[in-house]
Amino acid sequence: MTSVAGASGTADSADSPKPVGERRFSETLHFARRNPKLLIGLGIVLAFLLLGIIGPFFVGHDPNEYVGPQTQPPSGEYWLGTTTFGQDIWAQFVYGLRSTFLIGVFGGGVAFVIGTAVGFVAGYKGGIIDEILNMITNVVLVLPAMVVLIVAIAYLEARGLFVQGLFIGLTSWPWAARAVRSQALSLATRDYVDLARLSGRRTWKIITTEIAPNMSSYLVMSFILLFGGAILIAAGLDFIGLGPAGGVSLGLMLQSASQWSALQLSMWWWFIPPGLGITAIVGSLYILNVGLDEVFNPKLREL
Amino acid sequence: MWRYIGRKLFVYLLTFIVAVTINWMIPRFMPGDPVQSMLSRAQVSDPEALEAMTSYYENLFGLDSPLYEQYLNFWWGLLQGDLGISVMRYPEPVTDIILGAVPYTLALLLPAILLSWIVGNRFGAFAARSKILDNTVLPVGYILTATPYMWLALLLAWSLGIVAGIFPASGGYSFSLRPEFSWLFVSDLIAHWFLPFLSMFLVALGGWAIGMRNMIIYELEADYANYLQALGAPRKLIRRYAFRNAMLPQITGLAVQLGTIIAGSLLTEIVFNYPGLGSLILDSLNNRDFFLLQGVFLFVVVGVLIANFIIDIVYVLIDPRTRVQMTGGSS
Amino acid sequence: MTLRVNDLKVYYQTLRGDVHALDGVTFDLADGEIMGLAGESGCGKTTLGKSMIRLDSRMRHVGGTIELNGKDVPIADDNAMVPLRYHEISLIPQYAMSALNPTRKIGRMVNELLRARGVRPADIADELNRRLELVGLDTDVLNRFPIELSGGMKQRVVMVISTLLDPSLLIADEVTSALDVSTQRAVAESMVEFRDRGYVKSMIFVTHDISLVYQMADTIMVMYAGHIVEKAPATTIINEPKHPYTQMLIGALPEVGSTTVQGRLEGIPGTPPGLLDPPTGCRFKDRCPMAFSKCSEQPPLVEIEPGHWAACWKTG
Repeated sequence: MTSVAGASGTADSADSPKPVGERRFSETLHFARRNPKLLIGLGIVLAFLLLGIIGPFFVGHDPNEYVGPQTQPPSGEYWLGTTTFGQDIWAQFVYGLRSTFLIGVFGGGVAFVIGTAVGFVAGYKGGIIDEILNMITNVVLVLPAMVVLIVAIAYLEARGLFVQGLFIGLTSWPWAARAVRSQALSLATRDYVDLARLSGRRTWKIITTEIAPNMSSYLVMSFILLFGGAILIAAGLDFIGLGPAGGVSLGLMLQSASQWSALQLSMWWWFIPPGLGITAIVGSLYILNVGLDEVFNPKLREL
Repeated sequence: MWRYIGRKLFVYLLTFIVAVTINWMIPRFMPGDPVQSMLSRAQVSDPEALEAMTSYYENLFGLDSPLYEQYLNFWWGLLQGDLGISVMRYPEPVTDIILGAVPYTLALLLPAILLSWIVGNRFGAFAARSKILDNTVLPVGYILTATPYMWLALLLAWSLGIVAGIFPASGGYSFSLRPEFSWLFVSDLIAHWFLPFLSMFLVALGGWAIGMRNMIIYELEADYANYLQALGAPRKLIRRYAFRNAMLPQITGLAVQLGTIIAGSLLTEIVFNYPGLGSLILDSLNNRDFFLLQGVFLFVVVGVLIANFIIDIVYVLIDPRTRVQMTGGSS
Repeated sequence: MTLRVNDLKVYYQTLRGDVHALDGVTFDLADGEIMGLAGESGCGKTTLGKSMIRLDSRMRHVGGTIELNGKDVPIADDNAMVPLRYHEISLIPQYAMSALNPTRKIGRMVNELLRARGVRPADIADELNRRLELVGLDTDVLNRFPIELSGGMKQRVVMVISTLLDPSLLIADEVTSALDVSTQRAVAESMVEFRDRGYVKSMIFVTHDISLVYQMADTIMVMYAGHIVEKAPATTIINEPKHPYTQMLIGALPEVGSTTVQGRLEGIPGTPPGLLDPPTGCRFKDRCPMAFSKCSEQPPLVEIEPGHWAACWKTG
């Protein structure tokens, strides 16, 4: 049979004069604008991000400074009340949001870079390289990340946000590597990749120009999951007392609330906001991801 | 079959070696003198005792012998079950302290993992049934998985423990009681166990429900489901198949999620001051008792490896595809 | 007359509007007839096959009727279709390789399916075994998982399962495209055998491989862009096609039984029209060498000689 383009049996008949790429983009946008999960998730995340960026500029003092009366419930002056030491919880909260996003971007970013690099190379190269990388991935996957982090960070004298992010990234990449590997594996056998390989292009060039663009939506979703995961791990570490020394974060707020008996004193305004912040951000990220999946994956779309 | 199991065992062995090596390396290659920093926090007033401890730990680290010898000695001690002596409870061996805490952690972990898995799978399958259910279960599930373990623990401890006063919010059992096998003590134990368990159960539940829901939807679109539909098979039969097939990846998911859930149990224990490994970690961190910390680390790693292996075996027994391949079926 | 399809219209709903995949299809299928349904991909042949048993969620029945053994087939009503499925109308799907539940033993799956359709497995067990042997399978396959079977074996198992309740109409959708040539032949021969033994009354064999269908089908129907262009006995279609599209389609084949040597493989220049907003008149006119002014009106499908139908102004 010869020319079979412009098929009609399937939903995607090529009759529009617009180029395929552009049409697909506008179609994606069409679904994106109509997907409540995507919009709500994105909206909440952006709202918190904005609060984390702008909020601190309206706080005229250090968030850990003892500024007000002690143990005050929320009021007009101190929106989220004060701690037993008279720290302004609203100030801590907006600064904490900022470091939450930073750790998400940095920790998630490191994990993403390692995970996708390992996944792509393993999936594309195959053979012995795949075997070795797979073995390493499995080993790191089986190791309980949090417990490794506790031991490693415990010995660090100087703990900062970036060291924490780096360590989180180093331990949480394996599942991303696995997922990317299986995707790359199926893409690597496609015709156009073969063609590129035959024409003598370099491996990394093929990966970045032929394989990665074809799974870009998948990569975006992986990053979002790693981002959310990094936030949760960081909060856990902060809570155990392995957070950035002298810093502010939502996890550290939970830690000091727990350490200074906020529970027994029923100072709910001390421990509810930080946890709520983390849950809202990470939960919205996850829901945003479901929305993205529905937008990118035609199978999940509803007409 | 043996090839598959052998391969898995090899990965676990490798993981164990890596974990031990990390454990050995960290105190030696991180900046600072571990012995000094440990003992400075140990608040030992008696100089003679301090002297004894210093020489014990100096000797244990064996900092004056060559590295490979230190490494081999470390393994030798380990294989004899010797994880060193605790600093904060000197001279109690680390192994004994850990063995005292392990039952509490397991009592939380095992029921929380198994029950959340079973209930979560049911919920997820249920959610995939209709649009309305899906739109409620799905967000709730995502919010639960996004909840930091310690935060839900704090909320439950505060609301049900302190405000409502229904359950005790701290400790493994009441201070007034001595551990014994009596109705009073056991009921007290269960009352203390309930909130930490509930907290872990709820967070883990969300993840399973979502996983199951997604898998079921995927299975319901599979070719075999379409074929059965074309032949007029009722939804009930197709759902039953889809549920069973979706369970299999959920078993693998159990292995993948293990690390996260264990981390969650450690954090939950800290909130409730529950006398398991989590509280032990916090204590050892606060007292810079690195031997204890590393001992706990090794215990957790070994536990995870054993659990992974059990899951592998269960999977092989349940999935006919792997089972058939292993017994050498045709084609 | 087993099957009578009258002016059937089934559209696909998409974002950019309805795709007119079946745009007024009319044909009859006699008792015992095996009809090959041919055409380029996207001409609507798979849609036609699906329409007769189960519309998927994006397909919409717009108009026309289907009658089977004198009774209306309510294709738009999914629930009302259930009693007909399997008992009266059955399907061998395109994806026969993956049509069996991977985690059930085949025999158990069949039993569960039969019970769900109100048939006692014990009543039919002997027949099942007999038919498995007929297609050259050991009855032991019932105790195996699908993964233990080769592709050709799975194909034959699905064939037996699909026809187990002796349906009036069987739709075989591209059943041979995934198989190697010798297995293709065997499958095609068993299908004819099944018809001869009365396991199925009549059959629509959807394929893009005219040379295969020629060997087994009684009639061949050719579709183009959602319309029927020609239907005739198989030998007529191959040797004396009347519609220009059929002629070019046959001309594009390497060799089809006949000894007339084609100089070279001739492709058909151009592409079929999009079906989102299909052109008026004859849909082939833009690619047709014989097109003339009349072709801007839609040619009706007329019987140009007994049993030979074509839709072209030049043949009419």
